[in-house]
Amino acid sequence: MAKAHQQIQDPTQPSPLKLVVIGNGMASIRTLEELLQAAPDAYQITVIGREPFGSYNRIMLSPMLAGETTREEIMIHDRPWYEEQGIKLLAGDEYEAILIDRRHKQVQLRNGDKIDYDRMLIATGADPIRLPVPGSDAEGVLCFRGIRDVEAMLERSEEGQHAVVIGAGLLGLEAANGLSKRGMKVTVIHRARYPLNRQLDQEAAQLLQQELESRGIEFRLGVNTHSILTKTDAQGLHQVTSLKLDSGEILAADMVVMATGIRPNIELAHNSGIECNKGILVSDCLQSFDPAIYAVGECVEHRAVTFGLVEPLFEQARVCANHLASHGVASYTYLKPATRLKVSGISLYSMGDYDLNPKKEGEDIELITLRDPAANIYKKLVIKDDRIVGAVLYGDTVDGPWYHELMRDEQDISRFREGLIFGREPEDAP
Amino acid sequence: MSVSIQEKQLIPLRTVDTICAYCGTGCGIRVEIADDQAQTLQVQGDSEHPTNFGRLCSKGSNLNETMDIEARLLHPEVDGQRVDWDSALDTTASRIRKIIDEHGPDAFAIYCSGQLLTEDYYVANKLMKGFIGSANIDTNSRLCMSSTVAGHKRAFGSDTVPGCYEDLDHAELVILTGSNTAWCHPILFQRMRAAKEANPGRKTVVIDPRRTATCDIADLHLALKPGSDAFLFNGLLSYLARNNALNHNYIDNHTTGLDAAVALADEHSDSIETVAEQCGLEVESVETFYRWFMETENTVTTFSQGINQSSSGSDKVNAIINCHLATGRIGKPGMGPLSFTGQPNAMGGREVGGLANQLAAHMELNNPKHRDLLSRFWNTNNLAPSAGLKAVDLFQAIGTGKVKGVWIIATNPVDSLPDADRVRDALQGCELVIQSDCMNETDTTPFAHIRFPALGWGEKDGTLTNSERRISRQRAIYPRSGEAHADWWIISRVAQKLGFEEAFNYQHVAEVFDEHARLSAFENSEQGILRDFNLAGMAGLSRSQYEQLQPVQWPVLKQADQQSTGTQRLFGEGGFFTPDRRANFVAVTPRFPENNTSQQYPLILNTGRIRDQWHTMTRTGLSPKLSAHLPEPFVEIHPAEAERYQLQEGTIARLQSHWGSMLARVRITDSIGRGQLFVPMHWTAQFSSQGRMGPLVNPVVDPVSGQPESKHTPTSIVPYQGKWFGFLLSRQRLQDSRLEGIEYRVRSTGVDHHRYELADSNDDANWTELLSLLGEKGDLLEYQDNNQQRFRAARIDDGRLQSLLIIGPSSALPERDWLASLFASEQLEDVERRQLLSGKPPAGAADTGPVVCACFGVGRNTILNAIAEQKLDSTEAVGCALKAGTNCGSCIPEIRQLLKN
Repeated sequence: MAKAHQQIQDPTQPSPLKLVVIGNGMASIRTLEELLQAAPDAYQITVIGREPFGSYNRIMLSPMLAGETTREEIMIHDRPWYEEQGIKLLAGDEYEAILIDRRHKQVQLRNGDKIDYDRMLIATGADPIRLPVPGSDAEGVLCFRGIRDVEAMLERSEEGQHAVVIGAGLLGLEAANGLSKRGMKVTVIHRARYPLNRQLDQEAAQLLQQELESRGIEFRLGVNTHSILTKTDAQGLHQVTSLKLDSGEILAADMVVMATGIRPNIELAHNSGIECNKGILVSDCLQSFDPAIYAVGECVEHRAVTFGLVEPLFEQARVCANHLASHGVASYTYLKPATRLKVSGISLYSMGDYDLNPKKEGEDIELITLRDPAANIYKKLVIKDDRIVGAVLYGDTVDGPWYHELMRDEQDISRFREGLIFGREPEDAP
Repeated sequence: MSVSIQEKQLIPLRTVDTICAYCGTGCGIRVEIADDQAQTLQVQGDSEHPTNFGRLCSKGSNLNETMDIEARLLHPEVDGQRVDWDSALDTTASRIRKIIDEHGPDAFAIYCSGQLLTEDYYVANKLMKGFIGSANIDTNSRLCMSSTVAGHKRAFGSDTVPGCYEDLDHAELVILTGSNTAWCHPILFQRMRAAKEANPGRKTVVIDPRRTATCDIADLHLALKPGSDAFLFNGLLSYLARNNALNHNYIDNHTTGLDAAVALADEHSDSIETVAEQCGLEVESVETFYRWFMETENTVTTFSQGINQSSSGSDKVNAIINCHLATGRIGKPGMGPLSFTGQPNAMGGREVGGLANQLAAHMELNNPKHRDLLSRFWNTNNLAPSAGLKAVDLFQAIGTGKVKGVWIIATNPVDSLPDADRVRDALQGCELVIQSDCMNETDTTPFAHIRFPALGWGEKDGTLTNSERRISRQRAIYPRSGEAHADWWIISRVAQKLGFEEAFNYQHVAEVFDEHARLSAFENSEQGILRDFNLAGMAGLSRSQYEQLQPVQWPVLKQADQQSTGTQRLFGEGGFFTPDRRANFVAVTPRFPENNTSQQYPLILNTGRIRDQWHTMTRTGLSPKLSAHLPEPFVEIHPAEAERYQLQEGTIARLQSHWGSMLARVRITDSIGRGQLFVPMHWTAQFSSQGRMGPLVNPVVDPVSGQPESKHTPTSIVPYQGKWFGFLLSRQRLQDSRLEGIEYRVRSTGVDHHRYELADSNDDANWTELLSLLGEKGDLLEYQDNNQQRFRAARIDDGRLQSLLIIGPSSALPERDWLASLFASEQLEDVERRQLLSGKPPAGAADTGPVVCACFGVGRNTILNAIAEQKLDSTEAVGCALKAGTNCGSCIPEIRQLLKN
């Protein structure tokens, strides 16, 4: 067992402050990593997490579901890491934080313990939205958020034949792809007219849909869930059997996965009187309205924006760590990131106002398109006043970063417009 | 049956010695054949043939690529329906008979070609002048050689070429006037280059308004004012007289008329300054030229269409001959006037008398004694009474309905004649058009009521004569295709159906030749009618002697020991064929071209050949190698003029004359003078929608020879206001009708694909319609930039490129070469598929650039890279490194240019 990180008391230094971190996800861990580098001995850190294991990479849950990787391989830090860093890890339901006594700077846990803090970091992430339809709490109606969800899905997929995934966003499609790889007959249902409608234009989405359909996944688009039908098993539990659409169609379902979006988890903060709206309101320094309390990740709301993709979280972690280490210089500005996705082996990239269309927005919007559907390639650049204002890349995304740079710098592209969509040319890279 | 060529040595089943199908040089070809169907063969130069000693130019070396069976006409047709030979011959005879009976013999005509063999020509001439009884038989040689014929006859009393190719080896001074020899007679050009390298003291003067590739060996280039040649040579005669450089011994013994000729020369061009002003040249250049001519005994003056195709072509020929007669430099080794003929057998036609103003065998229509001799020999009493219609007059007569029926053999007048659209209208309204051709699709085809399938080059058997009077045998390599027949067979069978059985029942080509030889010798003596053209030593040959006939220069007189050796030169010691056996000086009044430029048509249009194409490209157009060099009709223009008329390199321009218009790709070059334009003669409606130059050329002819002034037509030029431009590369050839709606279309043949250059000025690109040109087969790739009107698409069928279409707002489009090369590969690499519609090769792959050396397919970039990397400093070094320029050598001038910059 590695030697515990022994802090030799330096008399001239004030004794380290107590930092309590609520949430053991990717955002909090990245903040701690940045903090330990910036100010290794500033805090005596305690991490409280609901899930009874170290922190893991949530993006890798899809490959895990699809059997391409194992639980061990997706762990970022296991328990020994925390000890090595001198961090006290309290992981498990019994340690769930239920109230912050901000006047006495104490946090109360489910098992009754109270932990003092000088500074606190809340990273409680987000909760999957469960549709309030009849039968939504039946056995076999799952979400796709953490490792336990994946394990439940894997277990149920052993004997189950049919799966219905509600929601054709990124998570829904990843779930569908994973379950299909596990041999289940999967149907994805979606309110919008095409999948990933918040990331792709219709043409790219339909290409993706065709690709998934070619792998046996079925789609019902522009529909809503009417109800989930169940039957009671021997133990008196309601087991899901099928799902009824508002069109009346009944889909057989041994498993239903709800992937209809996430909502920031602000229960603890709200109950503790910390100012919240959709998420915990934080400043450009990721500080909540209580100066001792910071927040990062999907639970946060910053300048009216909430977060679902991983890229912004890492930027928040860097800024927050900067302030926790009292360097106090970084400031977080939200840059609408490019969407960089890999859905079942197909790389996708979209950025800016990718869905503008000359027919709707008028002549000053110009489109440059390149299609090779047989080779799974579709690229679209949206041009306005000789500048890139948006792009969708399907199948060949290698030039995504370059286009993003051109868009960000508002570079005039008329000189190399003819070859623009074919990628960066050695001589005309700006 | 596209023929494959074996690179490695093959065991020849049999070897055939024959003659190239193209220019008048007449190179010997040795074909080694490995199987009886002649599927695999090797075409190479005949090392023993005295014309080329084994060398071949790019066209000759690629003859095998033009043997495409699909392109051949294989069966007789009447009114569009395939018929058997007998009914076709019967119908032809009855329709000809009907015209002659109703409107007389002069209502029918034959228009034939310098591509025919001598035997074909003989039978056609005999039929028209001997038995139908009209001299309405003319030939496309009217367009290239008739001024030379007229000049020879006025000076020598006969159409005789005094010298031979060997003179080029001995000459100390070679003058090339009105001849882009490097491109039109490449092997003779190489012979001159070799002689020059072997004898550095030797000088070459090129006289041509354009700086062509021929200037590569020029010590002096006289870029004279177009059409001013007669002033220059008249000035030379006057200069020679002034400096008493005349050969009085030769003049007194063998010529008449010197004084009148010198007097007229003095009147117009009595000083070098006057000549320099008339010809737009520097005084020193004229002075140097005249001095070199005066001081150099061994002087050869070669000339071709630049001299002939003029409204005073005959006078220009005589102005040249005058200078040689005045110095006695004629008919001796290394000296004399030497005319280069355009077509492989223009000479054969002239020997037979296949011109409307000749009788036969170098005899004259208006000479009663000649007519009596011929009537007796042919045993006919229906000899044509008077001269017939020359080419331009003939088609005007067809237009007015005076001539009701025409038999067009192996040529396309709708492309080559001046004012060509009137020729097209004339044929449209003509009652009876008969066509004999080996090709199925030509511009004459739409007008032909009756079509006869003729033998192709590799299937013919007979004789032909090159520019130095050398008769050689053309021998068959392949069995005949389909039901094709030799032209002499077709004509004689029609003649028999017309009732002339006895005079035309030839069973074998040797019989026709024998009659031709016997006619040339018939009463050919002092007592009878002396003619230069005499094949007495070749009359009475057996079939096997005819089969093994070796190349020989006529006249071929009967020798005591039966060993007939032929004649290398004539007139060295006089002996001309005028009544007094003396050569005539022709007093020449020099004239500028007929039509002057005007405010509306300010530029002079010049027309001519390009290196790798032949005539109307019916054969060379089939060869990917030959089509790569210059695949589109183009117009050469001087940089200053291009600026004045706002023309950019590589864009399209519209040329307009009083008679017609065409579209051509702009090539800006200072090798052409100011105020001038040059366009190639080769493009036809088979390959281009508006690439024919014929419609623009003014129907002005030399009054003596009837040869059109194709080198000088006042013309205007403006940028083509295209709305969209593009090109299509397609593995399959498209039905021409598919592209009809597009204004500018040019088709050329590539390796494993066809290439179409396209443009339109009427309406915007209709992309959905254009997309259909790609066909249905395979995956569709598509690129669109609507705002910029840039559209690109391709079809790939399981990895193999099928078709590619690129459309843009201007001529600035991707290079064709890399994209075209992709059709040769079975499977596209992923990176090539990704980059395909960008038109640019992936960073790594080499873009060889446009082809320079057609024989070995070496591109410009490849040469430039090799020069840079391997520090090559001479064409020989480039030749060792890349083989470029080591076969036919006609690309050496371009390689020299690349070495320079």
